[in-house]
Amino acid sequence: MKGLIAATAMVLTFAVGASAQNAQIDSEKEIERYRAMINDPMANPGYLAVDRGEQLWSLARGTKNASLETCDLGEGPGKLEGAYAKLPRYFADSDRVMDLEQRLLWCMDKVQGLDTKDVVARRFGAPGRESDMEGLVAFIANKSNGMKYEPQLNHPKEKEMLAAGEALFVRRAGQLDFSCSTCHAVPGSRIRLQGLPDFSKPTKDARETMGSWPTYRVSQSQTRTMQHRLWDCYRQMRHPVPEYASDGITALSVYMAKMAEGGEINVPSIKR
Amino acid sequence: MKTVRETLTGLASLAILAFASPVQAQQPQVDAATVDRYVASLWAKVPDAWRQRNTQDETQKICSVTNNQPTDAQAKAITARELAAVKFPADGKVLGDWKKGQQVAQRGSGGQFSDQPDTYRGGNCYACHQLSRQELSYGTLGPSLLEYGKLKDFKPEEAKATFAKIYNAQSQLACSTMPRFGHTGFLTEEQIKDAVAYLFDKDSPVNR
Ligand code: HEC
Ligand code: HEC
Repeated sequence: MKGLIAATAMVLTFAVGASAQNAQIDSEKEIERYRAMINDPMANPGYLAVDRGEQLWSLARGTKNASLETCDLGEGPGKLEGAYAKLPRYFADSDRVMDLEQRLLWCMDKVQGLDTKDVVARRFGAPGRESDMEGLVAFIANKSNGMKYEPQLNHPKEKEMLAAGEALFVRRAGQLDFSCSTCHAVPGSRIRLQGLPDFSKPTKDARETMGSWPTYRVSQSQTRTMQHRLWDCYRQMRHPVPEYASDGITALSVYMAKMAEGGEINVPSIKR
Repeated sequence: MKTVRETLTGLASLAILAFASPVQAQQPQVDAATVDRYVASLWAKVPDAWRQRNTQDETQKICSVTNNQPTDAQAKAITARELAAVKFPADGKVLGDWKKGQQVAQRGSGGQFSDQPDTYRGGNCYACHQLSRQELSYGTLGPSLLEYGKLKDFKPEEAKATFAKIYNAQSQLACSTMPRFGHTGFLTEEQIKDAVAYLFDKDSPVNR
């Protein structure tokens, strides 16, 4: 299995490394081909994160020596099937709208009595530093495979999140005057040779994108969640480091989920 | 990521897209104080210098809340304000070194939170514009600038207008999505002169 993963990673890396236009189109083809093959859990390294997440879900930790198995992700305590498809959503116990990462941190604190400082410090995995969050999100999101995004927008706080998310999406700031919409509102556009998905309205781009996160990123050899993708886009925008699991990121996720309504989830996917 | 077909469609419709208005989404139905609260949550722990650099000026505020569709009156106020803020070189010479301008156009480094403060800052013009026939890796958010100087007959007043455009894109078009490179201090005056030379020198690959 390790060998297969390494071989897959190499092919993708080489394909992506090329810079001429034809090579890019070839590499996109190549990646499509690999994407089809990679749904095989034996070949997609993202499934290593799923396995890790499954173990962490049932691992007793914290001052209460409890597992996360009674954590309520919105569908009832311990119920994982379909939970991700309806996140972010409002939770009465915390009186907040939360995305999966925020909710997991809440459960670690309340259910397990776990000091989450270390978990947050390891929020983004790196060589020699495994991320509990990336594992847990991969595991839980995978339990919504085949289901469709169903954004929850009944509670006033959920509605506020959507409106705030849209405002953040078009909010220009910083030395390059960038907003998300600078790069993600022109259908069929590219930055250099990279295709830019359009999230400015409900689009196929949005459905396909949101349906494919979390994802195993070959260029980083890590399974990444939307928290990391937005961290990376804010970096490109020359904005400051966005706060992990902040309401701002959740608001953007609510907005993105709304634009992706009905998009089918199939994760962890694999991307460059 | 795009499928191959979508990428090709993108290439074919390049000319139309380049001039299409950037966004059509409906205006956000939320008050400014609420948005500020979310913004504060995003940058809760950043150093003051970053916070200041990321505080919106009047132009950014208007372009944000109007989704880059300012009213005529707002647009006029913006172009007037931004034009007044353009600082031309003291000696009036707007043409630098096109070879160094090529670096400015090609490189997209600098200014990210993962960069060192002294990392070279590039204008990354190729991210959004086609500029020369040789470079195939270019983006489509802006119009093609192929043969830009040649098409303007290499006129000195056109070069001067282009200096102003790169220094502050909104001095000519309110809420343009092109960065105001000189105004915000992202590029130096010298780098902007080099970029103008890249567009206006007869020997530059842009015009050959
Ligand atoms: C300077 C341009 C730029 C800006 C501004 C920008 N992004 Fe991105 N974004 C990119 C690029 C480039 C990619 C990678 C696309 C690819 O892999 O093909 C990307 C990818 C993404 C993806 C994942 C797409 C996928 O198919 O997996 C999401 C989601 C996203 N951006 C959201 C945002 C949001 C939300 C913002 C504002 C906070 C934002 N971006 C701002 C350039 C930008
Ligand atoms: C984020 C994308 C982006 C980047 C980066 C960018 N531009 Fe632009 N540029 C645009 C857009 C969009 C337009 C069209 C709207 C306008 O005129 O402002 C434009 C217009 C222009 C024009 C006017 C073209 C005309 O119609 O006469 C010039 C000249 C220009 N850009 C030069 C540059 C140079 C030089 C750089 C690098 C230093 C650069 N641009 C970087 C997006 C960009």
